[in-house]
Amino acid sequence: MAFENIKAGFDKYTADVEAKLAKTPERVNIAANRLYTPLDLGEGFDYTEKLGFPGEYPYTRGVQPTMYRGRFWTMRMYAGFSTAEESNKRYRYLLANGGSGLSCAFDLPTQIGYDSTDAMAEGEVGKVGVAIDSLADMEILFDQIPLDKVSTSMTINAPASVLLAMYIAVAEKQGITPDKLRGTIQNDILKEYAARGTYIFPPTPSMRLITDIFEYCSKNVPQWNTISISGYHIREAGSTASQEIAFTIADGIAYVEAAIKAGMDVDAFAGRLSFFWNAHNNVLEEVAKFRASRRIWAKVMKERFGAKKPKSQMLRVHSQTAGSMLTAQQPNNNIVRVALQTAAAVMGGTQSLHTNSKDEALALPTEESVAIALRTQQIVAYESGLADTVDPLGGSYYVEALTDKIEAEAWDYIKKIDELGGAPEAIAKGYIQKEIQDSAYKWQMEIEKNERIIVGVNKFQQEEEAPKNLLRVDTSVGRQQADKVNKLKASRDNAKVKAALAALEAGCASDTNLMPLILDAVRAYATEGEICGVMRKVFGEYQPHTSL
Amino acid sequence: MAKVKVLVAKPGLDGHDRGAKVIARALRDAGFEVIYTGIRLTPEQIAEAALQDDANVVALSLLSGAHNTLFPKVVELLNEKGMKDVLVIGGGVIPDSDVPGLKAAGIKEIFTPGTPTSAIVDYINANVK
Amino acid sequence: MNIVEELLNHSRLALSKAITAVENEYDDAVKIMTEIYPNTGNAYVVGITGAPGTGKSTLTDKLAKEYRKRCKTIGIVAIDPTSPYSGGAILGDRIRMMDLTADEGIFVRSMATRGSLGGLSQKAGDVVKLMDAYGMDIIIVETVGVGQSEVDIVKTADTTMVVVIPGMGDDIQAIKAGILEIGDLFTINKADREGTDKLNIEIEMMLELNPEHVAWRPPINRTVASNGEGIEAVVDSIEAHRAYLIESGKLSDIRKARIKNEVTAMLNERVNRYIDKNVVSTEKFEQIVLKLQTRELEPYSVVDDIAGKVLK
Repeated sequence: MAFENIKAGFDKYTADVEAKLAKTPERVNIAANRLYTPLDLGEGFDYTEKLGFPGEYPYTRGVQPTMYRGRFWTMRMYAGFSTAEESNKRYRYLLANGGSGLSCAFDLPTQIGYDSTDAMAEGEVGKVGVAIDSLADMEILFDQIPLDKVSTSMTINAPASVLLAMYIAVAEKQGITPDKLRGTIQNDILKEYAARGTYIFPPTPSMRLITDIFEYCSKNVPQWNTISISGYHIREAGSTASQEIAFTIADGIAYVEAAIKAGMDVDAFAGRLSFFWNAHNNVLEEVAKFRASRRIWAKVMKERFGAKKPKSQMLRVHSQTAGSMLTAQQPNNNIVRVALQTAAAVMGGTQSLHTNSKDEALALPTEESVAIALRTQQIVAYESGLADTVDPLGGSYYVEALTDKIEAEAWDYIKKIDELGGAPEAIAKGYIQKEIQDSAYKWQMEIEKNERIIVGVNKFQQEEEAPKNLLRVDTSVGRQQADKVNKLKASRDNAKVKAALAALEAGCASDTNLMPLILDAVRAYATEGEICGVMRKVFGEYQPHTSL
Repeated sequence: MAKVKVLVAKPGLDGHDRGAKVIARALRDAGFEVIYTGIRLTPEQIAEAALQDDANVVALSLLSGAHNTLFPKVVELLNEKGMKDVLVIGGGVIPDSDVPGLKAAGIKEIFTPGTPTSAIVDYINANVK
Repeated sequence: MNIVEELLNHSRLALSKAITAVENEYDDAVKIMTEIYPNTGNAYVVGITGAPGTGKSTLTDKLAKEYRKRCKTIGIVAIDPTSPYSGGAILGDRIRMMDLTADEGIFVRSMATRGSLGGLSQKAGDVVKLMDAYGMDIIIVETVGVGQSEVDIVKTADTTMVVVIPGMGDDIQAIKAGILEIGDLFTINKADREGTDKLNIEIEMMLELNPEHVAWRPPINRTVASNGEGIEAVVDSIEAHRAYLIESGKLSDIRKARIKNEVTAMLNERVNRYIDKNVVSTEKFEQIVLKLQTRELEPYSVVDDIAGKVLK
C-alpha cells in the first residue's frame, strides 16, 4: 500500500533527522510539526466531504465558484475622522483611487450613542472616526457619493439601527429607494461585551434591536448585510486563531437562535449574515482559519438550523489586517507585515479587505500611508498571482492538517459554550473574556521572554528618530461639532422631534419593530444622543463583567 | 508592611482594554496591589478612586487619541484632591510629539506600544514615592 | 496637618491616609487609632461574604445605593486575596462600584489580605473604626468567603449576610463548610437563573437543623443585583435584623464580646511581641534551648521560671 510506504519513509526520515539533531539542532518554540505528509490527513481523507468544490458545501475552498478569477475582493478601506466634511473628502479620494467600497469609522461618542455636546464625549469627538450627531452630518458625509453605486460598510454596533436609518434617509434625499442600497452594518453586540467595549444596552434589548433590523431589512433593504459577526476584535483583544472563529461562530449561533425565536425563517435572513476576520501574522495558520471557519459555519447552518439555501450556509467574510500587530518601532516594517497579512486573507478567500496603514500604532493614518495600504492590496491582486487560482493552498498537507486542527479546537470551544448556555451566557459568566485575556497575557509574556520575536521590538531594535507627518485631528472639532448640534436644535421642528421620540419610547416598551420609529425620529433630525437617550431610559445600560 | 498600590484605569470612551489588562496582571505578578477600574471612566471617577484607595501610582491607558484632553485632567483633579505625590503614568497610541506636553502637564512617563511590562515595573519601582 | 482632626472634619483625604497608616502599620497608626477611638461605636457594620463569582461587589454597589436613598452614608471595605506567588493582588471590586465615586456620602476602600490573615481581621476592624469616626452610618465589609480567616473578618460585623447563587453545583457544600453558622441573612443572587427554588429549599433545610435559630430566623432573599431586583428587600432584612438585635439586647452583647475579643487579641499580640523580643531572641534563650536539647534542663521548669519573671 502506498500509505504504508509513506509511513515507512516518514519513520526513516524522522529517525535520520533526529539522529543528527544534536549536531544541527532546530529552533525552539515552533508550533508546527517539522513536516506534513499525507499521513497527517489520514488514510480515509475524504476530499468531497472535507473540501468539496468552490461555491459548494461545505465551502472550505471558497464561497464562489471562480473566486478572484472573476472579480477581485472588495478593497474596502476603513476611514473616517474629524467632521463629516473631512471624512467626505477622504471617501471621495479613496473612490477616485480605485477603492471599491466605503467603510465608515465613527468616533466613540457616536458608537456609544452620545452627542458631541455630551460631557462623556469630552476629548473624544472626531478622534477615532467621524462624528455623526444627526441626519444633517450624514448628509454631508455622503455628499456627492451616489448611494446606489457604492457599497458602504459601517462599523457601528449598539446604535446600528440609528445609523442605518440615517443612511436610508440620506438615500431617500438622493432619490434612491432602500432596495437599491448595498452595504453592511457591524451590528454585533456580543463581541462588544466580550472584547471591544462599545456597548450601550443590556443583552436582551440589544438582541431585540438586532432582530428588528434583520426583519426590517429582509423586507425593505434586501441587499443589506444586516450584521458582520466579528472575530476581528476578539483577536485584537488577544485571542488565538481558533478562539477567534470559535467565539465568533458561537455569537453567530446566538443571533440565529434569537432571530428564529423572534419568529423568522432561517433562510429569510441567514443569507445576509456576514463575518469579519482578522488577518494576522502567521500566514498559513490564517489561511487555515478562514477555511476552517467556512466549514464550521456551513455545518452549523445546515445541520443545527436546517438552513436550505446555499447562501444561508456560506460564511462570507470581510477581513482586516491585524492592527495590534503593527509596531510603533520602525513603522515602515508594518508595510511588509500588512502585505503578508493581505496575502493570508486572499489565500484564505476573503470577500473584502481593509489593509491597515503603517503609522496606525502611532496615530490615525495619513492620506499617503493609506495609499500605500491600498496599493498593497492592488499589488497582491494584480502582481502576485495569489488571486489567479481558487484556494491555492488547498491540498497542502500542512494547510489541510492545520485547517482540521483549528476546526477541531473551535468545535471544542463551541461545545463548551453550548454547555454554558450559549454565547450570551458564557459572556455573562466572564468565560469568553477570561479565555481571551489568558491568551493575551501568554502572548505578551512570550514576547518578554523572547520566546516570540517581533522584529524591531524585541530583536533587531535600532535607534530611530521620532516619526514625522502624523495625522492630527484638530482639537477644535469638538467645539465645531457641538456648535452644529446646538444650531440644529434651534432650527429644526422641535415639536416633530418630541413626537417622534415619544413614539419611539412607547415602541421600546412594547414589542413592535423599532426600525420604522427610529427612521421617523432620524428624518425629524432628532440627534443620535436623543434617540439613544430614549432607549437608555427604557432599556437601561449594560454593566460589564470584568475579572482578571 | 507597605505595598505599592497601582490604579489602572481607562479614561474616555475607548474600550480597547487588552493592554490595560495585560499590564494589570503583570503588575500583580510583580508584587504590586493593582486596583483595576475598567473602561469608560471620567477623570473625576479615576481621581476619586485614587484618593479613596490612596493609590501610589495611577496608570492611564488610552488608544482613542483623547489623551491630550483626558490625561492632564486626571492630574489636575488629583492635585485638587490633595493627592500630590501620586505617580501618574500613561500609555497607548500616543505620538512622540505629544509626550512633552503631557509631561509638562504632570504625567511623569508615557509608555508606547511595544514597551515590555517589565520596563513599566522597573519604572514604577524606581520612581514611586 | 493633623490627620485625626481633619478626618473628624470629614476630610476624605485624611480618612484615606489614616487607613493607609493602619494598613501599612506606619508609626503613627496607634496614635491615630487612640485618638479616634472616642468617636467610634456609632456606625452599623454589615459583613457580606460568599464564594467568588456570586456577585458580591455588584450587590454591595446596589445596597449602598439603596442605603443612600434612605439617607445613610456608607463606608465600604472591599477585601480581595493577595496572590501567594507574587505577594501582589488584583483588587477588582471597585470596578463594579465606579459610579459610587460621584457620591460624597460613600467611601470605598479596597484592601488586599497581604498574607497576614490573622492580622487582617484586626486591620479591617481598624479601617471600620476609621470610617465610623469619619461619620459613616453604615459600613459594609465585603470579602470572599473561602476560609476561616475571611469568616473571622466578617465576624467583626453586626449583621452578616451570606451570598449564594444557583447552579454552582457545590454551593451547599460551601455553605456547610462553616459559613452557614455566621449568616444572619442569606441572599440568593442571580435568582433569575435555573435552580433558585432548589437552592432556597436547601438553605431552608440547613437552617431547620440549626437549633440556634429560634428567636431570629435568617431570612432568605432573592436578588438579581445586576438590574437591581430585590435590593430593597435585602436592606429591609438587614434593618429588621438590626432592630431585632437592639430590641433583644443582643447588639450590646455582640459588641461587648467583640471588644473583648479585640482587646484579647491586642494583648496576646503585645505579650507575644514582648516575649519574642526579650526572651526568644536573646543569647541566653539559645543556651537554654541547647541545654534542653542535651536534656540538662527540662522545659516545664524553664517556662515556670521565665513566665514568673515576665509576668511579674
